[in-house]
Amino acid sequence: MKKPIYAITSLFTTPDEAIRAASEVSKAGYTKFDVHTPYPVHGMDGAMQVKISKVGYFAFFFGLTGALTAILLISWVTLSDYPLVIGGKPFWSWPAFVPVSFELTVLFAAVFSTVAMIIFYFKFPNNAHPLHDTPYMKRVSSDTFGITIEANDPQFDENKVKEFLKFLGGKEITTVYFDPEEFDYGQKLIDMRFLGVLAVVALSTATISYFTMNKLLYIEPFNWMMEQHKQKPQQPSNLFKDGIGMRPPVIGTVARGFIPYPFSGKPEEAGKYLINPLLPTKEIVERGKSKFLTFCSPCHGNFGRGDSRLQGQFPNPPTLNSDKVRNWPDGSIYHVITEGQNVMPSYAPQISREDRWAIIQYIRILQRAQNTKESDLK
Amino acid sequence: MSEHRPQMDSLKKPLPPRVTYLGLALFSMGIVLYAIGYYVEPRHAAFNNLINFLFLISIAVGALFLIALEYIAGAVWSVPMRRVNEFLAGLIPFTPLLAIPLFFHLHELFHWAHTDVVAADELLKAKAPYLNSNFFAMRFIATFILLTLFYWLFTRNSLKQDSTKDAKGDIYTRRNIRLSAIFLPVFAITITFIAIDWAMSLEPHWYSTIIGIYYFSGTVLSALAAATYIIIRFHETGRLPGLRRDHFYSLGSLMFAFVNFWAYIAFSQFMLIWYANLPEETFWFIKHWQNGWQAVSILLIIVQFAVPYAVLLPQEAKMDPKRLKFIALWLLAAHWLDLYWFVMPTYNTSLTFGWMELSFPLVTIGLMITVVAWKTKKHNLKPIGDPKLKRGMEFHL
Repeated sequence: MKKPIYAITSLFTTPDEAIRAASEVSKAGYTKFDVHTPYPVHGMDGAMQVKISKVGYFAFFFGLTGALTAILLISWVTLSDYPLVIGGKPFWSWPAFVPVSFELTVLFAAVFSTVAMIIFYFKFPNNAHPLHDTPYMKRVSSDTFGITIEANDPQFDENKVKEFLKFLGGKEITTVYFDPEEFDYGQKLIDMRFLGVLAVVALSTATISYFTMNKLLYIEPFNWMMEQHKQKPQQPSNLFKDGIGMRPPVIGTVARGFIPYPFSGKPEEAGKYLINPLLPTKEIVERGKSKFLTFCSPCHGNFGRGDSRLQGQFPNPPTLNSDKVRNWPDGSIYHVITEGQNVMPSYAPQISREDRWAIIQYIRILQRAQNTKESDLK
Repeated sequence: MSEHRPQMDSLKKPLPPRVTYLGLALFSMGIVLYAIGYYVEPRHAAFNNLINFLFLISIAVGALFLIALEYIAGAVWSVPMRRVNEFLAGLIPFTPLLAIPLFFHLHELFHWAHTDVVAADELLKAKAPYLNSNFFAMRFIATFILLTLFYWLFTRNSLKQDSTKDAKGDIYTRRNIRLSAIFLPVFAITITFIAIDWAMSLEPHWYSTIIGIYYFSGTVLSALAAATYIIIRFHETGRLPGLRRDHFYSLGSLMFAFVNFWAYIAFSQFMLIWYANLPEETFWFIKHWQNGWQAVSILLIIVQFAVPYAVLLPQEAKMDPKRLKFIALWLLAAHWLDLYWFVMPTYNTSLTFGWMELSFPLVTIGLMITVVAWKTKKHNLKPIGDPKLKRGMEFHL
């Protein structure tokens, strides 16, 4: 079977000849023709009477998409997903978004215009073209300038075109044929074979790069900081006979700044023998208030009424204004803060001894303020 | 005679005398209004004078920069239009005309010119070795002499070329290439000094390390706009025949690029100060965002960026001389607005706009028209001896 004609090709030796020939070809009314040059030739667009490219509109649209993507993404992150205060500025600080939006605009415009061009003009994923592997293409991609007039031009006639190109000074005028089956220009972007290949390529690239980057060539960033030769809690140690890294204090010793509590497990004795060493001066009460609001109020409430927001979610914390607590000596309250009671844990590690006594002075004021006597009101 | 010199005899096409008269009329009208302004409200007049002085410097020095750029980049397309830039650079010797009244009013303009204020201010005391009236004047004189010298050297070579034989014409081009290599760093330093001295030191406590580039971006933009307007006018009246849409497209692209460059620099200046949030820098922008000045700030973004960007974006716009002519005038106005926005909040913290703002530019415009018209009488409108002229005329995109 005879193959159909794709185009007639011709070669020109200088860019000036090619420009002149191209302008003659377009003047003669041919519309389906193309010029191939080894490098961009100034003035060729005008000679070919190419209309102003539409690529700009694509780029504009994609650029706008990029800007919008950036603005929406940053707005979502800063407003709803992960609001962070940076430099004391509002969450939505547009000046900080401008550079990112600018970059995404440029990126989207450039990348997607290129992709769109490859898809629309080069009919990606079609990768065959009748001019591929022809002597013509070898010449025009190295040292000569070529003009092809395609067979689907309305005024195409093989002999006329050949004569015309010869008249213009073209050399090596050849007819290029093509195989209709091989050069199927249908849309193949959603072809199952193409999508399958795409999936395989994507998966294998991801797998290979995962293993290369994470296993084979894995380089720990700053590993000299990650691997410090120090004992961490709960770690075994070869240094000690028992193999335990964490050492208990030596029997009979006391840590610096630590005074043992003598009434551990003995609430009555604590109430009996401990005396508040602090006087309720303004300074002490202020200190007690501050510590009370930090450590006590989350459960007992700001006024010691046991009405904090934990109510109902937890065994209800008791009020500090009950007759029982009011009649307790300071030592008993001190004991409860130090040792804990029921679900209340020990606060000894958090609150210093002096602060505990200051808190008690403040609790006394709260109790008095909420159980006023007749005489107080006068 | 030779292929390098097309239409040699028809190239001296002076502008009609009425253009000169118009320029002189505007100039003298402006001078009278200057005198009235200085008599009525000396401080206000000095600030307006400063705006117009900076505007004149922008166009004159920017044009010289464009000439040097053409030489050092080996540009071909702009050769047929180079004379217009040379004419505009011819304004450099006239810049002291607007600077002299300013020197008599340094006290009105600059905070640091008061010795008693400086003595009571630690920061100004530390800056006093630089910011003092004598050194200030010395810097201006040195800058002026340097720029005038380079203007003279560039144009001398370019004009000599007109009357040389082809073989010798090349020598002057090469001389000017060497000259532009020396000039460009000098330009960078002088324009920075001008920006720091005349614009930034209005607020002596404030500093912005990008100020030199900020002023430079406006400088090149306004020089380009002025040159584009004149080139298109010359083309329309047949004084610059043979220019094609490729030339206009290049001018338009360059303008578009510098519109973006100005926006980029202006935003960079703002964002760095906004981000760092240092009181000694932010107060300047706060001042420009109060008492009506915020309207001018927003207007500036629209006038110098949004509108020219939108107008120049389509490819057709850059090839259309009519649209380019319009946007060139627009950008000249935008540069004036830029300087007004920069300078005026120091004069008055609340928005000020009066008859002086409207009428003082007459001097600058009149001076420009007069000088360009005078130069067209003296010189050819195309550098006929330039070996690149033929290629420049045949320039294709």
